[in-house]
Amino acid sequence: MIIHMRPAISIFIVFTILTGILYPCLVTVIAQSLFPHQANGSLIRREDHTIGSSLIGQSFTSPKYFWGRVSATSPSPYNAASSSGSNLGPTNVALTSAVQDRVNALKQYDTTKGLVPVDMVTSSASGLDPHISPAAAEYQVTRIAKSRNLSEEKLRDLVAQCTQGREFGLLGEPRVNVLELNIALDKDKSSELPPNE
Amino acid sequence: MISNFLQLLIYFSVLLVCVKPLGLYMAKVYGDKKPTWLGPFMRVERWCYRLCGIDDKVEMHWKTYATAVLSFSLVSFLSVYAIQRLQGWLPLNPESLTGVSPDSSFNTAVSFVTNTNWQGYGGESTMSYLTQMLALCVQNFVSAGVGMAVLIALIRGFARKNSTTIGNFWIDLTRGTVYILLPLSLVLSIVLVSQGVVQTLSSYQAVTLIEPTSDNTGQPVLTQKIAVGPAASQIAIKQLGTNGGGFFNVNSAHPLENPTPFSNFVQMLSILLIPAALCYTFGELVGDRRQGWTILAAMSVILLPLVVAVCLAEQAGSPAFESLGVDQLASVSQSGGNMEGKETRFGIVNSALWAVVTTAASNGSVNSMHDSFSPLGGLIPMWLMQLGEVVFGGVGSGLYGMLVFALVAVFIAGLMVGRTPEYLGKKIGAFEIKMAAIVILLPCGSVLLGTACAVLSAQGKATVFNPGPHGFSEVLYAFSSASNNNGSAFAGLGANTPFYNGILGIAMLIGRFGVILPVLGIAGSLAAKKAIPVGPGTLPTHTPLFVVLLVTVVIVIGALSFFPALALGPIVEHLMLQSHMLQSNR
Repeated sequence: MIIHMRPAISIFIVFTILTGILYPCLVTVIAQSLFPHQANGSLIRREDHTIGSSLIGQSFTSPKYFWGRVSATSPSPYNAASSSGSNLGPTNVALTSAVQDRVNALKQYDTTKGLVPVDMVTSSASGLDPHISPAAAEYQVTRIAKSRNLSEEKLRDLVAQCTQGREFGLLGEPRVNVLELNIALDKDKSSELPPNE
Repeated sequence: MISNFLQLLIYFSVLLVCVKPLGLYMAKVYGDKKPTWLGPFMRVERWCYRLCGIDDKVEMHWKTYATAVLSFSLVSFLSVYAIQRLQGWLPLNPESLTGVSPDSSFNTAVSFVTNTNWQGYGGESTMSYLTQMLALCVQNFVSAGVGMAVLIALIRGFARKNSTTIGNFWIDLTRGTVYILLPLSLVLSIVLVSQGVVQTLSSYQAVTLIEPTSDNTGQPVLTQKIAVGPAASQIAIKQLGTNGGGFFNVNSAHPLENPTPFSNFVQMLSILLIPAALCYTFGELVGDRRQGWTILAAMSVILLPLVVAVCLAEQAGSPAFESLGVDQLASVSQSGGNMEGKETRFGIVNSALWAVVTTAASNGSVNSMHDSFSPLGGLIPMWLMQLGEVVFGGVGSGLYGMLVFALVAVFIAGLMVGRTPEYLGKKIGAFEIKMAAIVILLPCGSVLLGTACAVLSAQGKATVFNPGPHGFSEVLYAFSSASNNNGSAFAGLGANTPFYNGILGIAMLIGRFGVILPVLGIAGSLAAKKAIPVGPGTLPTHTPLFVVLLVTVVIVIGALSFFPALALGPIVEHLMLQSHMLQSNR
């Protein structure tokens, strides 16, 4: 073993320089020059400050905003410095009671709707999922229309603008970006908020 | 449903198209006829050997080869351990993360050196950028390079006659790493950045929340801190090298690690790309391409039905939600199914396909939380690991494992007709079969005995997260993953404790070196034998019959070894869920 130590150590140093320093640095340089927006986290800026990343969800609980997936990160939901799923197993009572709580929270504002889309009541894998399904967005339209005094048609237009279909018509699932949708809602001049909101 | 089927079809078609060109290229890299454009690089390569005191004219006996593998792995281990312990004092640590604890450092060092990439820690809250690059990223490359080198040594064992040597480890390691893994990673990482994967050395980004929230103590939270870092460069090699260690805690479920369905597609493709193409390389190097296609066919025959099974299990949704007013049916506007622990952009089909692909290969990266899968949807990934990671498996390690199963298959066939077994023109003797038995039994024993130790000890039970049989599944999954060098987890299990860090570290060492050493022994023994011509009594090993035989051997050994353990975990949980029996933590 001893006779192999010199080649082992020296070739390890060569690999460390090549794959641990040169390679990541080269990728960083190319990434920062070709795709600076993506490489830095796809951040959304308003005036002089950053209000989010279009790839990272935020927590919304007010009835005037679209809500995203349930987030299991701690200590606060959508903690992007510590991603985590719930890891609740399928036969865990804690899972069914969390789903029940979320169903109740949604029904509190709107009793007219039928079944709740499953992605609305379950935790995402990352705790940072920026998307909900189009069904989940549609489910919330009535609530938001009521609390913002907006027509449902107008809201559906906004939802459609923030909806992405399958990539190349094929890959993945159709989805609505919740943060972008809520930013669009706040920007919309006709969406008059009640005073003090 | 049609779109689900189409996505599976596209995936496997693209994979199959890549097998031949990449397989042929790899055969040239390891073989005698090098592609001409490599010329200038090979001059640098020779210069590096001189600098490192390596004589590239000298070939190695299998014992020398094995000692070189062990020496290199030891140096790697010490380096990864030291960098983690010292990261608090080292540069490129914008979040001022402190040194990692001794037990966690040991576990992570073993994990990355053995190509397991089991992670007891959360990436963004534990590892500095320097540790990610200099310790983990380097191991992603070289641990994969070691696996491929050992495979090539075994293939030389079949291809050579009356030879005392099986190649030079340093050359095999260097060529695999530099000419195969590095260029592919470079291309893949740029594609990933274009999709939104981060690649920066600046500190975490602070964002002002649109709607303030509060933490679990009721304190208001006004900002969101977004973890970033040099992720794309690492994710590319984590997939191509079947490593699977995520940059962030939730691995490829994280939107900055896997932002779009297209990034998801190329990552899934990279997981199986090299393991599949190596089958072709094998056929090319032993001089009979049909042998390579046969192995690939056997792997696919096991894989495809399991993909469909997990899709169906996850699409069915949870019977426990039926009475809660939840819509779990798939429609044009939602994927439906069991969405707990899954991301909206991937839905059911891409989460299920990924789960099967990542456990079939010994990759272990995840894009959904396997702990929240339905009982049967979780059983299949677990069983794929327990099969010994030979259905595609890790780069190199998957195929050398499968070739060992092929030896067992010809041995069993030989017993049935009373003839000395042969494979690829070599007589298979007692030594080879003894070594093959070690290769198959050591990881099996490590899974079952490790699980038994953990569930019998208070420390093992203390950090189980879910109640009932699912809690047992968490432990069984952990040992299946570590002992077969996969690295994925039922992540509810709190594994960052001295107990699990230690025992899973040992399981990973057994699963890696307990297999590599006997495989190199087989390589050395076969290389020394003379080739025998094909006779009327030779079992042809390129036929559908042999595919059936090989698949049967793999499945029977896997099923017999693990059925009792699986019955205590996912199978009983499935029956409970169907009869609406739920469990709570008292």
